[in-house]
Amino acid sequence: MIRLVAGRLLWSVPLLFLLSALTFLLAWLTPGDAARVVLGTNTDPLAYAELRAKLGLDRSLVEQYWTWLTGAVRGDLGRSLFTGESVSAIVDSRLAVSLSLLVLAALVIAVVGCALGLFGALRGGAPAKAVDGVSVVAMSVPTPWLGLVLVLVFAVGLAWFPVTGYVPLVQAPDRWALSLVLPVLCLAAGGIAVVAKQVRGAMVEVLGRGYVRALRANGLSARRIVFRHAAKNAAVPVVSVFGVVLIGLLGGSVVVEQLFALPGLGQLTVTAAAQHDLPVLQGVVLCFTVLVIVVNVLVDVVTAWLTPQAVTR
Amino acid sequence: MSVFRTVLRRPVGVVCLGWLALVVLACLVADLVAPYDPRAQDLASVYSGPTGAHWLGTDQLGRDVLSRVLHGGRVSLLVVGEALLVYVVLGCLLGVLAGYRGGLLDRVVLRTSDLLLSMPTVVILLVVLAIFPHDESAAMITLGALSSAGLARVVRASTRHVREEPYVAAARVAGLTTPRVLARHVLPAVAGPVISLVSLIAGSALLVEASLGFLGLGVQPPEPSWGGLIAEASQAIYRQPWMLVPTGGVVALTAIACALLGDVLRDASDDRAGSETLSWRRMRTPVGPAEPPTSAPDDTAVLSVRDLSVRLEDGTALVEGVGFDLHRGGAVGLVGESGCGKTMAISAVLRLLPPGAVVTASALRYRGADLLGLDERGMGAVRGSGIAYIAQDPVASLDPLFTVGDQLREAVRAHHRATKAEVDRRVLELVEDVHLPADVLGRYPHQLSGGMAQRVSIARALAGDPAVLVADEPTTALDVTVQAEVLDLLRELRERTGMALLIVTHDWGVVADTCDTAVVMYAGQVVERTAVDRVFSAPRHPYTRALLAADPGAAEPGTRLPVVPGVVPPPGRRPIGCRFAPRCAFATAECKAGPVRMTTEPLGAAGYRCLHPRQPIGARA
Repeated sequence: MIRLVAGRLLWSVPLLFLLSALTFLLAWLTPGDAARVVLGTNTDPLAYAELRAKLGLDRSLVEQYWTWLTGAVRGDLGRSLFTGESVSAIVDSRLAVSLSLLVLAALVIAVVGCALGLFGALRGGAPAKAVDGVSVVAMSVPTPWLGLVLVLVFAVGLAWFPVTGYVPLVQAPDRWALSLVLPVLCLAAGGIAVVAKQVRGAMVEVLGRGYVRALRANGLSARRIVFRHAAKNAAVPVVSVFGVVLIGLLGGSVVVEQLFALPGLGQLTVTAAAQHDLPVLQGVVLCFTVLVIVVNVLVDVVTAWLTPQAVTR
Repeated sequence: MSVFRTVLRRPVGVVCLGWLALVVLACLVADLVAPYDPRAQDLASVYSGPTGAHWLGTDQLGRDVLSRVLHGGRVSLLVVGEALLVYVVLGCLLGVLAGYRGGLLDRVVLRTSDLLLSMPTVVILLVVLAIFPHDESAAMITLGALSSAGLARVVRASTRHVREEPYVAAARVAGLTTPRVLARHVLPAVAGPVISLVSLIAGSALLVEASLGFLGLGVQPPEPSWGGLIAEASQAIYRQPWMLVPTGGVVALTAIACALLGDVLRDASDDRAGSETLSWRRMRTPVGPAEPPTSAPDDTAVLSVRDLSVRLEDGTALVEGVGFDLHRGGAVGLVGESGCGKTMAISAVLRLLPPGAVVTASALRYRGADLLGLDERGMGAVRGSGIAYIAQDPVASLDPLFTVGDQLREAVRAHHRATKAEVDRRVLELVEDVHLPADVLGRYPHQLSGGMAQRVSIARALAGDPAVLVADEPTTALDVTVQAEVLDLLRELRERTGMALLIVTHDWGVVADTCDTAVVMYAGQVVERTAVDRVFSAPRHPYTRALLAADPGAAEPGTRLPVVPGVVPPPGRRPIGCRFAPRCAFATAECKAGPVRMTTEPLGAAGYRCLHPRQPIGARA
């Protein structure tokens, strides 16, 4: 197991390099560099040259990347072009918000998605068809639009939850939870539908296998067949789809954080992208990439735990 | 093209295609059909709801929402189209190359697609938009390129599959050039999955475009786009919530149409529509109303079956009127060609028929107790501890994710309340009973040979100390040498424990070795039922004779193997008269006139279903 995790982590190093290098390259290719962005309408050539030197933009691409990379390894991701704050400090301050949102959404997706999928696979018939129908809609509704509808109904209309904003967990746990209900729902809706569909498909497939028939024929209880044998076998494909859904959540969180004014990484990404603040953007991309790697390693670990070793080799 | 015809036959497919065609067309000719200029302001009527003049209302500047939706759609659909173009070209190209060439290129494509598929797409799009501000084309082309990794995998898999097909290999050997092989054989095979994926990706690209527009990173106002319109609606949710309806609605409906169409296309190209309707509940075999009895069940038998029939929900009969008695320590062999309903008959006894089949009988008694009246839970109590079962494919009948020990312990616990030590002791006994070494307990099913797996599944079946063991072609999947060992084991268990055997087989050797009664089935009916020694010396039914003559084990070396000419008629196309008549050398007009009854109804020891029975060999002299 340790070897597996170590192998996966090693394999993810190129991913980190690739993404950071790509971001650097793209930034370098664009007309108008960071110095122009900062100066804005100030076109004084002297100030421009001075700033370029200060930001290190007069050096070669490789040199710049090397500086950033050596800094990143030490935990120094540079400074924001606009606020001058250290990028690691900015990312750090926003990580908790995003993680709250992402972890809660992942839990909701796992629980509700599996429950609905199991219901479909066990019960079948018209109720399962209804779940299918709702799933297609949930997958196809634009995330920002779903968020707006939720706000309109539950925050504005029924006033059960705050419209926007975030309260840190340590400050007031109850208000933290309330402030996250709608964002989590909005973020999780599509994922629930995807996971429910996968769970149902995988369960139905497994229930048709020879060993399920043999277990029934030898008198095992329905509960053991469904929840021990079928569920474990069906879990293998579901886990990998769940990983893809979790990675998709990162994109969704960008929209949701913007919509509900949650001061997380997603919102930071949008601001940085709109302001052309490349050091911040690079820091965020790095952070998201690390999250992706964590998800992928977890998926591999769970899959290895589910399947007997010799099957995977 | 047949895929499209299938889609058009499904109402869902027609509605989705219709909606997509309508939206795309209306947006393309937005200049002609839009009632207003999308930028024309009318400050006198801002935030109006739907009216006669403005069907979908107006926005904060009094601009007509319908016109903005149509013009915005042109922008949004165009960038989605760009994404799709990149997706298809890149995905197909890389997939076909990797699948057809194989080797290093294949590995590189696979690794790269692994990498691309594990990236946070939207975050990367934001980076692209930071560098190319408001350039939706750049963002969507990136999206297409990133997503194409998924398509490349699917295309690669299909290409490899087609490439290995014998007819394609033959075409290549015959000198067909690579481009022609690709165009003739590979492209048609991948077309179905590709258009299905394109439809699904179109939907998600549309949603991504809406998100980017909402974030204000897409097309710049006042130019409308679908995402931008949602952003505008979000500004107005307090003053005019109606604006959410048309702006989000058009995106949602179009995305739904793409998703549903993708599903329909996938089902059409996979030919697997209907698998979605399966469920655990549907796997319970329903019991129909009791059949009129032709004879009374024998309550001295462990298993007594009368007039057992299996029908599909549409009434097609698969098995009709099967009856036999199985006594303690006895062994009945169900014999016949494939498609005669042998497996269906035993599945009906265990109530494990495929979904959609219904079992009926006049009596189904286990040790004198009625099985037909039991519910699924009651049947569960009989299965394993009263009637146990071993399957034809032993490896597939074991759960691949659990060790042999796990599965045996579980089987023991299902039937006995016992401490852990007692369970372990019983498991060791079982393993010993089937002559397996104890170290097999730590192995997984894929680490077993076919013969070992069959022994494990016999051990599992014995865990509940059953009175009857039902074996469905227990030796068919095994090597010849192993077959004899498994048969010896079954006979030994039967002699030692008094357990009765019900064996389905098409192998007369199995019948001769292990059974005392043979029940010959043809086209869903029992045609002859007799003691095993009599069936070999004095077969009465011409089908039994033909089947015995076709036994490869009895064939003279150096002569042609005799076969039964013709094929078994499938259910629903069975003749009204004697079902074997079309293949029978002795058939007369009388045989084809009407149903032929068994000679010994009510059920006795032996009988046959024939008007012109063959004379016993001894009687001929």
